[in-house]
Amino acid sequence: MSVAAAHALEHPTSTGIDSKKVAIWTLIGSECLLFASLISTYLVYKGKSLVGPLPHAESQCMLHGKMQTCEPIFEIPLVTFGTAVLLFSSFFVVLALYGAQKGNRKMLVGWLSMTVLCGLFFIGMQVYEFSHFYHKGLGYSTNLFSSTFYTLTGFHGSHVTVGVIWLSTLLYRASRGKVPPEKALNLEIAALYWHFVDVVWIVIFPVVYLMR
Amino acid sequence: MATSVLDHAPGTHAQAPTGIWSWITTVDHKRIGILYGATAFLFFLIGGLEALFMRIQLMKPDNTFVSAETFNALFTMHGTTMIFLGVMPLSAMFFNFFIPLQIGARDVAFPRLNAFSYWVFLAGGLFINFSWLLNAAPNAGWFGYANLTSNQYSPGLNTDFWVLGLQILGVASMAAAINFFVTVVNLRAPGMKMLRMPMFTWMSFITQILLLLAFPVITIALVLLMMDRHFGTHFFIPDGGGDPVLWQHLFWIFGHPEVYILILPAFGIVSEVLPVFSRKPLFGYTAMVFSGAFIAFLGFGVWSHHMFATGMGPFADSFFALSTMLIAIPTGVKIFNWIGTIWGGSLQMKTPLYFALGMVAMFIIGGLSGVMHSSPPADLQQTDTYFVVAHFHYVLFGGSIFGLTAGAYYWFPKMFGRMLDETIGKWHFWLMFIGFNVTFFPMHFLGLNGMPRRIYTYPAGLNFEFWNQVQTWGSLLLGVSMLVFVYNIWKAARKPANAPADPWRGATLEWLIPSPPQEFNFGTVPAVGSSTPAWDLRRANGGALPEPKPESGAGIHMPRPSYWPAVTAIGVLVVIGSVLFTHAFHQWFFITLTGAAILIYGIYRWAFEPAF
Amino acid sequence: MDSHLHAHAEHAHPTPALYLRIALILFVLTALEVLTFEAGRGGLGASVRPIFEPITVVLLIVLSAAKFALVAMFYMHLKQDPKMLSNLFVFPILIAAGIIGGLIVLLQYWRVVGVK
Repeated sequence: MSVAAAHALEHPTSTGIDSKKVAIWTLIGSECLLFASLISTYLVYKGKSLVGPLPHAESQCMLHGKMQTCEPIFEIPLVTFGTAVLLFSSFFVVLALYGAQKGNRKMLVGWLSMTVLCGLFFIGMQVYEFSHFYHKGLGYSTNLFSSTFYTLTGFHGSHVTVGVIWLSTLLYRASRGKVPPEKALNLEIAALYWHFVDVVWIVIFPVVYLMR
Repeated sequence: MATSVLDHAPGTHAQAPTGIWSWITTVDHKRIGILYGATAFLFFLIGGLEALFMRIQLMKPDNTFVSAETFNALFTMHGTTMIFLGVMPLSAMFFNFFIPLQIGARDVAFPRLNAFSYWVFLAGGLFINFSWLLNAAPNAGWFGYANLTSNQYSPGLNTDFWVLGLQILGVASMAAAINFFVTVVNLRAPGMKMLRMPMFTWMSFITQILLLLAFPVITIALVLLMMDRHFGTHFFIPDGGGDPVLWQHLFWIFGHPEVYILILPAFGIVSEVLPVFSRKPLFGYTAMVFSGAFIAFLGFGVWSHHMFATGMGPFADSFFALSTMLIAIPTGVKIFNWIGTIWGGSLQMKTPLYFALGMVAMFIIGGLSGVMHSSPPADLQQTDTYFVVAHFHYVLFGGSIFGLTAGAYYWFPKMFGRMLDETIGKWHFWLMFIGFNVTFFPMHFLGLNGMPRRIYTYPAGLNFEFWNQVQTWGSLLLGVSMLVFVYNIWKAARKPANAPADPWRGATLEWLIPSPPQEFNFGTVPAVGSSTPAWDLRRANGGALPEPKPESGAGIHMPRPSYWPAVTAIGVLVVIGSVLFTHAFHQWFFITLTGAAILIYGIYRWAFEPAF
Repeated sequence: MDSHLHAHAEHAHPTPALYLRIALILFVLTALEVLTFEAGRGGLGASVRPIFEPITVVLLIVLSAAKFALVAMFYMHLKQDPKMLSNLFVFPILIAAGIIGGLIVLLQYWRVVGVK
């Protein structure tokens, strides 16, 4: 019997599921409501901005001190690429977890590094996107679109950041051999959080970027 | 984590550790429960003082006991304190102490997270009350309606204290909710199926689910409000295209489940006390569980009944009127089942039963005025008047506080090993019952006669004088009843801790262990065959239950005390509190960074220290 | 407890190959989402636009729901895990959907004010 199984026997749970795993799913359930509030706010204010820039249409907006016609602000190719990167990062972390469970340290460290890199890339893309928007006249308080957009994606981005820090910590420990199969659960928990962050983006991407 | 998962610290303490450091580092759910209870009771008394000052001001027309500005702060802080620093943490005292005992567990799922919740709660309570010292107490109502709370109309720090204080308290509630949810789901004793759990644990479990689903919504609402106040956005500000009513929606999507968070634990307590003191099983256990769940679930679909006067249109008004009326049904089921429980029972007229019966009676009155509110045309008359104040005090004081007090008398012997005095208890009950009704029943009349809420004074000649005077006398009587309660506790504290394990002939597991319990709760984890395991044992023993002998606890490993939860809580306080300084950017940046450093350092040390 | 562990081990455990297939499907679905968007706004030609414009929202919801489900069931392991965890996820999602729906209706999401 593995040490993990022995430990599980010593501290059996009523559901047979580790308490940390139930806890992270509970947190995820709760966070659904957090993002639902942000998405609702975005949707109820869609189409109600008094000035531009706007996501998909031309508008009148204040740029360089004077009102002028502004282009639609979204750059779909960039965001699509970021979306794909985030999706693949979920794939990578699952491979890392597989490696951890099988005791394959190279697989674990390799794919976990790729996950962290993808996360960092996604954050970088968002920072680039936001600064690009800012220079095109979309400040935080410019209009209802900007405020709801930046708040929603900002909350998502901060969740990505927390995820990157968490996974990096695990990556560091994994590289020093401190994530053996008995401890794979710790990576599983972090991975569940990471997938949730990805899943939220799966909702945000069409709702914000692809619905006109 | 520990070097080997089987390498736990041996043994337990022979006797409970003493000293302040042991309380700061405790991860024992029973101690954390006592910390919650003591802190909450103090805040409750502060909230009561705030009410008394309001009542003195309203005692006669055109009074000048306090200014209008102070009165605004009083009603804001009274509401905020009673809800977030009074009822919720008083309930948390019982969640902490009794959920693990009732399910046969040795502690909660995450003991350090439990300690963390308490310290964050304390930080939040102190933070929001600190505002009094700066003459900047929150003053825009406990529900902070936009755009009164915008920077334009609330320019000082008052609303910032309110927003940030609630955010800090929200962290505490969320952490605790995850903890208790997992505890109930995962740490039940063998045989303790979900539908065998005690009613208090069930209602508390449902409360945790409500907390988990409702708090994120107000978190976002508060963030958006803060953005409006300090970062130029217009989420709730009309001249930027924003809609102040959106605030009300977001607030009440949280706010309505919040009132069920406030009442369900008290429902649970009453469902424990009535059977024990009628010597009869709870009538309709399954119906009670499912009605509680239904109330909670449906509670997410009624929020706009707080907004009937905002012009939502007939479709919305009708929808929410219907859903609100619907919620009266499962509530009614509970009332009838409580009556069914005591019907034909052998009533033991002890103090817990008095308060439990008082709760049911007062809650019925509150429920009736609530149903009256559910009709939009009637509510247009009642809203923003003292009629509403009457309603919610009947359900929150008559309901929650009476219920929690029943729990206090019922569970005091188990928590502290001493009985509270019966005679003083009955004095407490009658003074509180009479004081309560004299204070709040006339509010129905005043409200229907047109006295608005939240006014700091009223002119003479509107016929408001008489009942306002009566109410103030009633509130003073209420205050006296609190003193009687404090006296009862003080008197009991001077007795030796020799109360029996089961003074009331309780039905549930907590009565099978000594009063107070040993650190590890159960020496041998009990096996459970029904929802009334203590009664089963009693029946098996011919009606008697032998006094449990203290056990050695050898070989039981308990979680190690730790101060990292407290440190992390300080980090949370500093990070969130630092937002007070947004206008002094350099200070803000520095303070936030310091707070974040404490927070992250605390989390890492917590994560990597051995739990046992 | 031992037999439970045994049964779990014999369960069809997802392999890296399956995970890769899921990843590719997710990629394709994302591409379809973007194509739907483009078709609906005329980026794929004026003939296609009237077909896609009215159904863009529905298509996007379906596609993103499929991605959501794939990540939840396979990457988050819900398909193989005890049903309780799926319930823990689905129940809040339903409440969340209800709240989004309720707010959209109550605040008349479809009404366009200000800049069009």
